[in-house]
Amino acid sequence: MTSDILIPLPIVLSLGAAALSLGLGRRPRAQRALGLITLSVLVGVVVALLVRVADGSVIATRIGGWGAPLGIVLALDLMAALMLTVSLVVLLIVLVFTIGSPRPIDQARFFYPVYMVMAAGVAACFLTADLFNLYVAFEVTLTASYVLIAVGRSREQVRHGITYVVISLLASTLFISAIGVTYAATGTVNLADLANKLQEIDPGLRAALGALFLVVFGIKAAIFPLFFWLPDSYPIAPAPVTAIFAGLLTKIGVYAIIRSQSLLFATPEESGFLLAVAGLTMLVGVLGAIAQDDVMRILSFHIVSQIGYLIFGLGLLTLAGLSATVFSSIHHILITTTLFLIGGLIELATGTGALRRLGGMIRTTPVLAALFMITALSFAGVPPFSGFLAKLAVIQAGLEVGAYLTVGVGLLVSILTVFSMMKIWGGVFWGDPEDAAVREQARTRPLPAVMMGVTAVAVILGLGIAVAAGPIYDLSERAAASLIDPAPYLAAVLQ
Amino acid sequence: MILSLVVTVMVLYGVGTYLLLQRHLTRVVIGLSVIAHASNLLLLVGGQAGRPPLGDSGVGPVADPLPQSLALTSIVITFGVSALLLAFAYRSWQITDSDEVEDDVEDRRIAALAAVQGLRDEEVVDAEEIEEEAV
Repeated sequence: MTSDILIPLPIVLSLGAAALSLGLGRRPRAQRALGLITLSVLVGVVVALLVRVADGSVIATRIGGWGAPLGIVLALDLMAALMLTVSLVVLLIVLVFTIGSPRPIDQARFFYPVYMVMAAGVAACFLTADLFNLYVAFEVTLTASYVLIAVGRSREQVRHGITYVVISLLASTLFISAIGVTYAATGTVNLADLANKLQEIDPGLRAALGALFLVVFGIKAAIFPLFFWLPDSYPIAPAPVTAIFAGLLTKIGVYAIIRSQSLLFATPEESGFLLAVAGLTMLVGVLGAIAQDDVMRILSFHIVSQIGYLIFGLGLLTLAGLSATVFSSIHHILITTTLFLIGGLIELATGTGALRRLGGMIRTTPVLAALFMITALSFAGVPPFSGFLAKLAVIQAGLEVGAYLTVGVGLLVSILTVFSMMKIWGGVFWGDPEDAAVREQARTRPLPAVMMGVTAVAVILGLGIAVAAGPIYDLSERAAASLIDPAPYLAAVLQ
Repeated sequence: MILSLVVTVMVLYGVGTYLLLQRHLTRVVIGLSVIAHASNLLLLVGGQAGRPPLGDSGVGPVADPLPQSLALTSIVITFGVSALLLAFAYRSWQITDSDEVEDDVEDRRIAALAAVQGLRDEEVVDAEEIEEEAV
C-alpha cells in the first residue's frame, strides 16, 4: 500500500518546491540546489512506481478518501508510468543544462519556481484519472509555459509569445466547453466512469464528443492541420525552455489523445481518419522543415512531423500499433529534447542559428558535431539507433493491417528527415562560415563543460534506449495491452 | 429559458471569434474573454438541475454543484491568463508603440523571396534589406 502514497508525490513535491523556491528568490544557489534535489528524488519515486506497475497492473489513490466517481482519483498504469519517468528524467537533464549556461536565464527570480510548477503540471497530466483535473493540469503546465516562453521580454518573444498564449487559451476554452457538453451528456467527468457511460449514449453524440476532444488535444499535440502555431512560437524561447517544450508539451497532448481515444472513443471507423491525419502531419511537417533556414525552426517543424508517427501507431488501433506508439513516445521525448539542447549549444557558440551564416563547426567543436550526428541519425531513424527501432515497429504494425499508403508516406518522410538533418549537418558543421564574426566567435568562446556534459549524458541515454530496446519494448507492449483492454484501469479507478 | 441561454452562448461564441480574428491585441483579449464567458454559460446550461450529487439532502431539490464549480475554476484560470495577455499587450505597446500583432519576419522573408521570382533588381534589393532586418 505504500506505493499508493507515492502516487501524489510528483505533484505535491514539485508544487512544494516551487513555493519554497519562490521564498528563496534572492538566493539563486539555494533555488538551484532545491530544484536538483526535488527532481532527483522524484526520478527515484517514479522509478519505484514504475517497478510496481511493470507487470501491467494499475494502482490508484483516492484523494481525501472520496471514492470515484465523486472524489478525485489519481491512477497510474504502465503507459503513464513510462511517460512520467522519461519526462522527469528530461526535466532533470534540462535543469542541469540551464544551471550550466553562462548567461543564465535563471537570473530571473521566478525561473525556478515556474519550472517546478511546470514539472507538477506535467506529472498531474499523466496521473489524473479525471477529465476536469486533466484540464486543470493542462492549465498549470501551460500557464508556466506562458511565463517561460517570454522570459527575456524581447520584441521577438513578445510577438511570438502572444501567438502561443492566444492559441493555447483558445484550445483551453474549447476543452472546458467539451467537458461541459460531456458532463451534460453523461453526468460524470471521471474517465473510468465515462468509459462505461459513453457506451450507453447515442453513437452520433459520442462520435461528436470524440471529435471535439481530438481537436482540443490536437492543438496541444500540434497535429495537422492544427500545428501552425508551433514552429512560429517555439524557436524564440531561450534554448533550455524550447528543449523542454519540444520534448514534453506536445507529448502531453499526444498522451491525452491516446488516453481519451483508446479509453473513451475508439471505434474502427475512426482508424482511417486518424491514419489520414497522421500521414498529413508527417508529410507537411517534414516539408516545412526542408523549407527553413534556421536550426531551431527546422527542428520545430520536425517535432510536428514526428508527432505524425505517434498518431500513426494509435490510428492502427492494434496492439502492435499502440506498442509502437508507446515505444516511440519514450524515444521522442528524449531524442527531441537532446536535439534542441544541441541546437541551443550551436546558437550559444556562434550567436546565430541561421544556416547561411554558419559553417565549419566540425573543426571548432568536434565533440558537438559527433553528438549532433548520433542524435540526428537516431532521430531520422537510421539503424542501429533507437529511432530506427521505433520506426520499424510502427511500419511493421502498419503492414500487418494493410495501411500501405500511410506506411509509404512514413518511409518517404523518413528519407526526407535524413535529408533535412544532413542539411543542418552541411550548413552548420561542414564548409566555412560565411560570416567572419561567427567564425571568430566560434573559435574564441569554448562551450561550458556542464552543458556539454549533460548533453552527452542525454545522448548516451538515447543510445541506451537502443541497447535496452528488448526490455523497453516488452514494457511498451504491456502498456499497450492495458490500453486496449482497459478493464484493470476501470477496476482500479472505480474501486 | 434554456433556449435563450443557448442563443446567448451562440452569439457570444460568434462575437468572440470575430474579435479574436482582429489584429489589435486589445480586441483579441476581449474576444478571448467573450469566448470564455460563452464556455462558462455553456457549462451552466449543461448541468442537470435538481439532481443532488451527494445523496438526498432532505430539504427538497438541490442544484447540481459540479457545473458551477467547473465554471468557477474556469473563470479563475481565464482571469489569470487574461491578465498575462494584457501584460503582453502592454509590453508590445512599449516596444513597438502599437498593440498590433506584427507580421512574422520569416513570413515576410518568404513573401519577399516569392516576389523576387521575377528577379527584378529593385525587388532583390528589397529582399536583401528585409533579410538584413531579420538578422
